[in-house]
Amino acid sequence: MQLHRFHGGLKLADETEVSTRDPVLVMGVPSQLTVPLGQHIGEAAEPCVAVGDHVTKGQRIGQSKGYIAAHVHAPSSGEVIEIAPHAVPHPSGLSAPCVVIQTDGRDAWGDTRMEPWLDWDTRDPRKLRQRIRDAGIVGLGGAAFPTAVKLNPRAGQRIHTLIVNGAECEPYISADDMLLRTAPEAVFEGIRIVAHLLGVDRVLFAVEDNMPEAMRALTETLPGELRELIQLVSVPALYPTGGERQMIKVLTGQEVPSGGLPADIGMVCNNPGTLKAVCDAVIQGRPLLSRIVTVTGPGVRHPRNVEALLGTPFADVIAATGGYAKGVDRLVMGGPMMGFAVHDDAIPVIKGTNCLLATRPQDTPPPGPVMPCIRCGECAAVCPAQLLPQQLYWQAKAKDFDAIQDYGLFDCIECGCCAHVCPSNIPLVQYYRYAKNEIWAREKERQKSDIARERYEFRQERIEREEREKAERMARKKAAVKKKEGGDSDQQAAIQAALERARARKAAKAGASDEGNHTEKTGTDRDGTGDPAGSGESDPTDTGHR
Amino acid sequence: MSVLYAILAIGGLAAAFGIILGFAAQRFRVESDPVVDQIDALLPQTQCGQCSYPGCRPYAEAIAAGEADINRCPPGGQATVQALADLLDREPTPLEEEEQEKAVAIIDENICIGCTLCIQACPVDAILGAAKQMHTVIEEECTGCELCIEPCPVDCITMVPVGTDITEWRWSEPEPSPIERPIHAIANGSRQSG
Repeated sequence: MQLHRFHGGLKLADETEVSTRDPVLVMGVPSQLTVPLGQHIGEAAEPCVAVGDHVTKGQRIGQSKGYIAAHVHAPSSGEVIEIAPHAVPHPSGLSAPCVVIQTDGRDAWGDTRMEPWLDWDTRDPRKLRQRIRDAGIVGLGGAAFPTAVKLNPRAGQRIHTLIVNGAECEPYISADDMLLRTAPEAVFEGIRIVAHLLGVDRVLFAVEDNMPEAMRALTETLPGELRELIQLVSVPALYPTGGERQMIKVLTGQEVPSGGLPADIGMVCNNPGTLKAVCDAVIQGRPLLSRIVTVTGPGVRHPRNVEALLGTPFADVIAATGGYAKGVDRLVMGGPMMGFAVHDDAIPVIKGTNCLLATRPQDTPPPGPVMPCIRCGECAAVCPAQLLPQQLYWQAKAKDFDAIQDYGLFDCIECGCCAHVCPSNIPLVQYYRYAKNEIWAREKERQKSDIARERYEFRQERIEREEREKAERMARKKAAVKKKEGGDSDQQAAIQAALERARARKAAKAGASDEGNHTEKTGTDRDGTGDPAGSGESDPTDTGHR
Repeated sequence: MSVLYAILAIGGLAAAFGIILGFAAQRFRVESDPVVDQIDALLPQTQCGQCSYPGCRPYAEAIAAGEADINRCPPGGQATVQALADLLDREPTPLEEEEQEKAVAIIDENICIGCTLCIQACPVDAILGAAKQMHTVIEEECTGCELCIEPCPVDCITMVPVGTDITEWRWSEPEPSPIERPIHAIANGSRQSG
């Protein structure tokens, strides 16, 4: 197969030999499991159990909120003793909500276990995707992006190629290597499920050329009927081949567009660990409860790979391998290039914990003082995203966040190649992370102020409207009062008219009965002409008197 | 003769474009002042009045009219000053007052007497309640303007700083390189190989 080359990259020491001598150690159930509710990219899950509840193995304890999110399950049976913030693996060292389970040692499944689907190939792809979502599976390469989302291309997007990314390009990490040596069949089964789900034409299974054992295991176990579909490819070990975009470039020569996803060019990229988790979820009905962690570095006595339940404290994992070496002073989660130091080894293994790297002071000498940039351009030569790290650095420093985006900051994968080669020891990646965070924070603030403006304007409008309505009401009332007054005078006029009529009738009657009676007539006349306007008023009073 | 044609042709073109431009100026006239909108978009919309104008928009209008300086918004902080300076092509000046930490108002529900005065004061309708009923702040909507503190007759409202949780945590800006480092320190430099 014709391979391609991505721009830049670094040839780094492998360092995986020490941790691949022994088989994967399957750890027992620790006495306590601290399971963080946010172990993935996206919003943290919401706890769906209460303190004091008994939970069974595989029971859902965290319900995902939203689309880009994942459920969290109890890795073993026991009692929920606390739901509270605890320190979690995060570069900030801050705490986040966790469910703490006191295990009962029985490791018992309950009625909530999902039904095993041995006949998965007859199932609807949507059902399979739902199963993957229910199992809380996320990308196990380290980024922890929800797999069900990745396997759900947008309408009209046809996925023709599935790429299995078995390149563990960072030094020291060997979790995928060991997985491929021990359980290649499960990975192949996972590939078959995902290939069926996506309806792909071909599967490219890439393994780095410094993993010959894994390659041998794969070649030997690849079932005959899959040889048409799956193509095993050995790719040159170069950091960061394991990056999704770099891997696609190496295998196909195609580039994922800036700001786009592999799905935009009809490809989906998965880690072999993720595919094994898919196989377990579909065929055994087992949600994601454990993962393989590489425990390595000069700071541990006996480097090796361990299969640990999620929620197991780092200290327990390291103790299971044989404990720390003398003089250890630093523990990193992830590899030496992209990992971050943790300040406490009581924090738990999460879905993204691929490696625990312990070092002594003499292994990681301080990088030396930060010097001014000498514009040597080394950083641009090694950047696998073909960016201009030096420009990004100046712009981040000047806080010119518009220009830095024009220079493709968000295409930076934070691989650390630029900082690694920088002769001035400038912490370049930290500048990019700072700039990205600042841009996101400002965007969030802008949205918040837009909402505040909207609410303020709505309030102003409402107050105005209320005042206007009040004024209108007042005006209407006034008009009504006036009208009422006017109505009164009408009534009075009507009464007067009636009285006049009555008087006229009376007069007519009197005139008819006694024509020529002078005295009577004068009396009537006096009465009638005395005060035409006042008569109406005086008459009723008179009547009252009488 | 040809000079006459040239003059006529150029003159005709000038007249035609003049008519088109004149028509466009009438037809596509922009009603509001877009600069005011742009300034207003950069202000944090707390409507707190700390700039001495009754709200963000009046302040934006004052800035646009050249009556107010751009450094009078404590909730916006230096970042807003910088953004305004970029927009208006002015020199960024240091903030007049100290930058205000993000906070939300919290009502002590044991003390609240339900007078509704704070509800009337809140510019974004972020306080919920009714007469003689307990009031509460919708924290999501609170902009931290502090306008509800003053009217409260029983002083039951306090501003609580918004803490950083794991989802809001940000990478800090790295320490700048000490450019003014003396040369001998660089020469003796403690750079390690590798």
